[in-house]
Amino acid sequence: MTDTRSNLETATHPEGLRRVAIDPVSRVEGHGKVTLLLDDDNRIHQVRLHIVEFRGFEKFIQGRPYWEAPVMVQRLCGICPVSHHLAASKAMDMIVGATLTPTAEKIRRLMHYGQILQSHALHFFHLSSPDLLFGFDSDVARRNIVGVAAQYPEIAKQGVLLRKYGQEVIRVTAGKRVHGTGAIPGGMNKNVSLEERDYLLKDAGQMIAWSRDAVGIIRQAFEQNLALYNDFGSFEAHTLNLVRADGAMDLYHGGLRARDKQGNTLFDHYDYRHYWDVIFEDVKPWSYMKFPFLRSLGPDEGWYRVGPLSRVTQCDFIPTPLAEAERQTFMAFDAGRPARSTLGFHWARMIEMLHSAEMIRELLLDPDLQGTELVSLGERQERGVGVIEAPRGTLIHHYKVDEHDQIVRCNLIVSTTHNNQSMNEAIRRVAAQHLDGRTLTEGLLNHIEVAIRAFDPCLSCATHALGKMPLEVELLAADGGRLDMLSRNTDGVCHTDL
Amino acid sequence: MLQPLLVFAVGNESRGDDALGPQLLRQLQAEAAGQAEFLEDFQWQVEHVTDLHGREAILFIDADVSCAAPFELAEISAGHDNSFSTHAMSPAALLHAYRQVYAAQAPRAFVLRIRGHGFELGSALSPEAEENLVAALQAARCWLIQGGHGAG
Repeated sequence: MTDTRSNLETATHPEGLRRVAIDPVSRVEGHGKVTLLLDDDNRIHQVRLHIVEFRGFEKFIQGRPYWEAPVMVQRLCGICPVSHHLAASKAMDMIVGATLTPTAEKIRRLMHYGQILQSHALHFFHLSSPDLLFGFDSDVARRNIVGVAAQYPEIAKQGVLLRKYGQEVIRVTAGKRVHGTGAIPGGMNKNVSLEERDYLLKDAGQMIAWSRDAVGIIRQAFEQNLALYNDFGSFEAHTLNLVRADGAMDLYHGGLRARDKQGNTLFDHYDYRHYWDVIFEDVKPWSYMKFPFLRSLGPDEGWYRVGPLSRVTQCDFIPTPLAEAERQTFMAFDAGRPARSTLGFHWARMIEMLHSAEMIRELLLDPDLQGTELVSLGERQERGVGVIEAPRGTLIHHYKVDEHDQIVRCNLIVSTTHNNQSMNEAIRRVAAQHLDGRTLTEGLLNHIEVAIRAFDPCLSCATHALGKMPLEVELLAADGGRLDMLSRNTDGVCHTDL
Repeated sequence: MLQPLLVFAVGNESRGDDALGPQLLRQLQAEAAGQAEFLEDFQWQVEHVTDLHGREAILFIDADVSCAAPFELAEISAGHDNSFSTHAMSPAALLHAYRQVYAAQAPRAFVLRIRGHGFELGSALSPEAEENLVAALQAARCWLIQGGHGAG
């Protein structure tokens, strides 16, 4: 079997090499650490992304009644609680044997597209636009949203209001700003009133217009620096995502589609209730995070990419007109090279944001949202699997419930775990392209972070407390002694401590 | 009608002392409903500038791993710190974003930092945090009584 992983995963002779750690990576959700092994000539021999994966939740949920899961799982992640809320609810639909009513399914979809909109808006306007607008190694003090707001005030304001609008869609459908109880096993606990519909509808057109403009911003970034954007950290990868029965993009529900890096279909419309027959999780001695792979290809060859880039490039079409037109432009641009590039994630993400804005308006105009048949029940099942396309990619929730209605087993595969090997590949490409043989600077190290941020990884365990350091880089000698330290403090300025 | 005072707490109730903010908020809201608007979230983020708009004063509340026990209450001003580049902004950075978005001075703001000790999933508040919560609640009451114009 061919091993398609980069040869920078493990150094042949690690002894005597210097170790650089970027800990934690900033502007990603949660905490990650990157380690580089360098020789005396700054040649790179090993690059690894270490993620402290949050596995404790699967134990935490055991013993709780199944109907608590859709609410409890929101505490797993303060960044994307709605995705966990909906994935758990879909799993619990199976447990109670439900087939959702049209009203319940459409309200859930509305909630989900609100989540996609606000998450993508935050990532693009707040976390990534500083890199995209000012350059990867521009002045670090300017390379943040303050710099964006100073130079591009309208863009910064649009980002805030897009994000706010998505949160309002969530509040209306989930019932609360946080800890929503909207989705329950078998359906929803409230509908959308006409007043709520009109409140959201009045700004829906503006959100579509701003989302369309955002697609233009990232397209322009590609046009202005084509070689960098096409090549930066780019590599071929297999893909995985849900698609609708007719092949359309569907972020809420569908069958699993996997394609190899040449575009050949490995499986299509696969029933996700048996995902373990096609996806398996590998472990590596140097990482706490698992490495999922496609069973048919094995652990060395079977790693894959999920998320916006996979979804936009692997669906047959997007079922809203403006986003579909943008998808066709994206796929045809420069012979399709951006559609295979790591920074293509940003372009694909904005196409999805536009699609979400269009879907929100379409759903708001649907009278089923005011329906009163909210819950259905059927034959009770022991096992429930819920899969959803979360903002960052495919999210799997899997539960087993005993005869006392208690959850006895839980397995979650989150989007960032699916992308684990892909993110490692991306940073190895960047290290080889931009860092190898050069003296490390904050700007060069930010190149590593730019590659990671393209995936919008969520490493969060939702713990938030004041007083944490955003970024530290240590240069260590082979004996572990510290040679150099670079820190980016809360004043936004880098300090060295020799 | 918009309440002139806003009390805004963040934290995750399933993670030990990270629950300090939400728990204080609930207790304060139970005894002072109508005197302020009370908001809760997992973390502060840029869209929250819209919640600050039109207020006279704001009290931000969060657990803190570095402040002195039992709590620290201080007035803050807008500040450009590096939390702008994370998914969890500091209150000062949020005030700074307010100025950028509204092209106006942000409302007067205070931050109540309650010393936390343990943040394990599924843990209850630590005994030390329980004590800190009692003391911090009294400080928050005083802030409300003074109409959001004092830090002690």
